[in-house]
Amino acid sequence: MENNELRVAIGSAADIVTARQRGRALAMEMGFDGSDLTLIATAISEVARNIVIHAKQGIILLGPVNHGSRRGIQIVARDEGPGIKDVAKAMQYGYSTKSGLGVGLPGAKWLMDEFDIASSVGKGTVVTMKKWLH
Amino acid sequence: MHVPVLKQGDYLIASVQSVLSDADLLELRDDLAERVGRFRSRGVIIDVTVLDVIDSFATRTLRAVAHMLKLRGAETVIVGIQPDVAFAMVQLGLTLEGVGTALDLEEGLAYLNRVTKKTLQHGK
Ligand SMILES: Nc1ncnc2c1ncn2[C@@H]1O[C@H](COP(=O)(O)OP(=O)(O)O)[C@@H](O)[C@H]1O
Ligand SMILES: [Mg+2]
Repeated sequence: MENNELRVAIGSAADIVTARQRGRALAMEMGFDGSDLTLIATAISEVARNIVIHAKQGIILLGPVNHGSRRGIQIVARDEGPGIKDVAKAMQYGYSTKSGLGVGLPGAKWLMDEFDIASSVGKGTVVTMKKWLH
Repeated sequence: MHVPVLKQGDYLIASVQSVLSDADLLELRDDLAERVGRFRSRGVIIDVTVLDVIDSFATRTLRAVAHMLKLRGAETVIVGIQPDVAFAMVQLGLTLEGVGTALDLEEGLAYLNRVTKKTLQHGK
């Protein structure tokens, strides 16, 4: 990611709204259209909410990303919370260790073009997502 | 942001004004539950036209609101879900199962007239 990235600290439910508004604004600046803007904002909402609910605090990094001739937006959600014991399970639709719908992680993956999650117990979780302009 | 709730005859109309925080959603739930009891409302319309994101938490809360109001004797209909928002909800695999939805306020009122009449007839 380039160094002109935006950082949004996530520590409360109100920060979720801030993160998705910043993400939407950046994506709009980059030239994404209406339905992509909503998909991106919704994916940000899910990973930001996971930070608040499962890790208490963390950050969301938003920025442009290039790969060859492709341009896109990258969203990184990072926390130093409890981490995820079984990532494969967490990615299953409907799986939740709280009373959530268990839709956030698999859903965010469907909403974006690229999705990667790295987590270790006791250390934290990093979700990296990209959407390309077309 | 606080969600204003209007009473119109047997119904309540809640018009979401801007992006809703989690706290607003929970406040709306409690507010509607209290008013349905106070006014003996038979139906509730929640207008979400201005919402630019309905994520899994909002979906779960809207469903919970509808189910709770049902236990209090009122039907709920969600109106005004924008096409882009509906598209994102489908991509997320989210449904408002068990909750009425309609295009706009007018259709929402028509929906409530239909379902509350049905409940009355069944009650006879
Ligand atoms: N940032 C995180 N830190 C720790 N655990 C997480 C995090 N994000 C997700 N998880 C775990 O993965 C599970 C699935 O997440 P998700 O699909 O968003 O469902 P939900 O949030 O509704 O439980 C969560 O229940 C939780 O156990
Ligand atoms: Mg989640």
